[in-house]
Amino acid sequence: MFFNGYPCSYFMESTKAHIIAQLQKDILPLQGFKPVAGHTGFDGGLGLIKHAFPNASFPLGAIHEFFCNGTEDVSASAGFISGILSSIMRSGGVSLWISSSRMIFPPALKSFGLEPDKIIFIFLQTEKEILWAVEEALKCPGIAAVIAQTPEISFTASRRLQLAVEQSRVTGFIIRNNPKNLSTACVTRWKITPLPTLAEDNLPGIGFPRWNIELLRVRNGSPGHWQLEWAAGRFRNIYKSASLQKEQQRKTG
Amino acid sequence: MAKRFMSIWFRHLATDWFTLRQPQLRNTAFVLSAPSHGRMMVTATNALAEKQGIHSGMVLADARAIIHGLQVLDDKPELIDRLLKRIAEWCIRFTPFAASDAPAGIILDCTGCAHLWGGEEPYLNNIVNRLKARGYHVRAAIADTIGTAWAIARYGKQACIIHPGQGTEALLSLPPAALRLEAETLERLHKLGLRQINDFIGMPRPALRRRFGGDMITRLNQALALEEEMIQPVQPIEPYQERLPCMEPIVTAAGIETGLQRLLEALCQRLLKEQKGIRLACLKCYRTDGKIEQLQIATSHPSHNVKHLFKLFEIKLPGIEPDPGIELFVLEGLKVEDHFPSQQKLWEARCGLDDIHLSELIDRLAVKAGSHAIIRFLPDEHYLPERSIKQASSLQEQKTTEWKPDKPRPMQLLAIPEIIEVTAPVPDYPPMLFRYQGKLHKIIKADGPERIEQEWWIQEGKRRDYYAVEDEEGHRYWLFRSGHHDEKKTYKWFIHGFFA
Repeated sequence: MFFNGYPCSYFMESTKAHIIAQLQKDILPLQGFKPVAGHTGFDGGLGLIKHAFPNASFPLGAIHEFFCNGTEDVSASAGFISGILSSIMRSGGVSLWISSSRMIFPPALKSFGLEPDKIIFIFLQTEKEILWAVEEALKCPGIAAVIAQTPEISFTASRRLQLAVEQSRVTGFIIRNNPKNLSTACVTRWKITPLPTLAEDNLPGIGFPRWNIELLRVRNGSPGHWQLEWAAGRFRNIYKSASLQKEQQRKTG
Repeated sequence: MAKRFMSIWFRHLATDWFTLRQPQLRNTAFVLSAPSHGRMMVTATNALAEKQGIHSGMVLADARAIIHGLQVLDDKPELIDRLLKRIAEWCIRFTPFAASDAPAGIILDCTGCAHLWGGEEPYLNNIVNRLKARGYHVRAAIADTIGTAWAIARYGKQACIIHPGQGTEALLSLPPAALRLEAETLERLHKLGLRQINDFIGMPRPALRRRFGGDMITRLNQALALEEEMIQPVQPIEPYQERLPCMEPIVTAAGIETGLQRLLEALCQRLLKEQKGIRLACLKCYRTDGKIEQLQIATSHPSHNVKHLFKLFEIKLPGIEPDPGIELFVLEGLKVEDHFPSQQKLWEARCGLDDIHLSELIDRLAVKAGSHAIIRFLPDEHYLPERSIKQASSLQEQKTTEWKPDKPRPMQLLAIPEIIEVTAPVPDYPPMLFRYQGKLHKIIKADGPERIEQEWWIQEGKRRDYYAVEDEEGHRYWLFRSGHHDEKKTYKWFIHGFFA
């Protein structure tokens, strides 16, 4: 069978791929990945990491959870989130930081490109109160993002939060220190751990904050891991320089 | 607060008004007259005419016989009422409750107002002098009750200010007419030789009632503060209040919600018209057993949005116990502020801290968690980390100083620094090892010291030398040594924060 001089199988191959790609695109909005107006191709300042996400854009209007093992990890996650938040809040807006402890130190947020006075902190005692407040906040279309610090969140609760953001297009970040429940409906799951820093030109002292970024799970995307540092107001991928450094170490050592 | 009333008496209100209009009348005796029952009667006299024995209620021909060439002007009906109303409205600058008291007076409820003029005497003098300067003959008095103030203003001979609790004494020597009694009663009292209030105030009330009627008892009680007397302010102050009586006692949650919804709709409609918004509102539920259930809500922005206010109440509604049933709902706006519709930018999805959705969200959270749980931080001019931030008093408060990102600051700060064990071989050098919560950290890299001295205007604690350190796992901490490095080891090491 021929059509316009080409074999039909050629068309079938290309149309099949096309149809599959189209179908995948159609399925995404049904699963809650609605592109936020004016934010197509938004990478959250993460650069190449955006290719791990569906549509190659950082999922706004979704719930992201961060697993932590101890206070050091919480700090690292908070730093990483602040970095992403700074590009979300560049167009204005206010974020809510809901937690039970008063540990977060606002002046540090400034060095991650945030205006700390544009963050409203809400300190609540119980897990139940925190989840209620997070859900209320995520339903509110007037804010940019909600960051919650709570160790536990049940599957049902996470599903509720996800449904809330699909309406309001607010982005939610949940920092979970020592989590027990592993099954949640969050769109992504991250683990951020601090890495030893490297000062420029081998100067003594501490360099820019540097983290190992593990994207453990991402719905309709491809998980992976990267090494980033926060320098001069943006994320910098240090995968290459790190490998170079290892090689150098191998040579010298 | 004990009530205080001021009564102002205009002795020649109508004639004063004519004098103001026609200044040439100032030095002549004149009267106002009006026809009554087929003859001309004197209705008002000025001070000069009164001195020569003319009083209102006299037949005009008699008055003319007393003063040759008496000037007579036609009285204007309703003049007095209009004048009193206008003067009462003018008096609103002295108190929100001013009422006209026909036929020739004004009553002011000056409770809690006088101190603004430096006390009751300057307050009274201020009002009297202003009215006198205008050209009115006035007398005024301040007392605990309207009745006493009225009596002292018209019949009092000594001080015009009756101090709290001395009202009864002041009344004793006054004639019965000071009690605002009717002419018939006064005549009867006169006939019986009761010339002073003192003569009959001690008589048993039933006897007085039988002889002089119930009105007299009422007036007496009003003057003695045994019975409350209401005044009708010229500008009635309507509380932002709505009532909803129920035919049947309400016990269900759905019923309470419907009641609340109706009240809110009615109240918000009025607020919308007046461009006001609620800051503080209270819902009172009167139960059939006499108990009152109360709910109170507050908002961060004035609001007349029914949906929003309903949501705020809804969070607290489960706290209501309607046990035997609720028969009356009363919703009151305790604090109402101006609320002008502001234009929001259509093209900006997020409007920052002024966003109405945000303030409504904050209200809802505040109702549930309390407003103390919601904090916004602003930078403060201090060097110590825990003092370098302060809490903003409102969503709108602007920072007065800039955030300073030049020095490294940890992502998380311990509210109270914790003591750590360290190994620091060289003075003024970062430690090599430290133990925190049982774990040994070997320090690979360090930055510092950043010395933060005690601030001389506060002088608390010792100086601190801060070091940012990184251990072999790449974890970064903020440590400090409190005090000097000396031989006696008076210094201590603390951990204060965790870097990102």
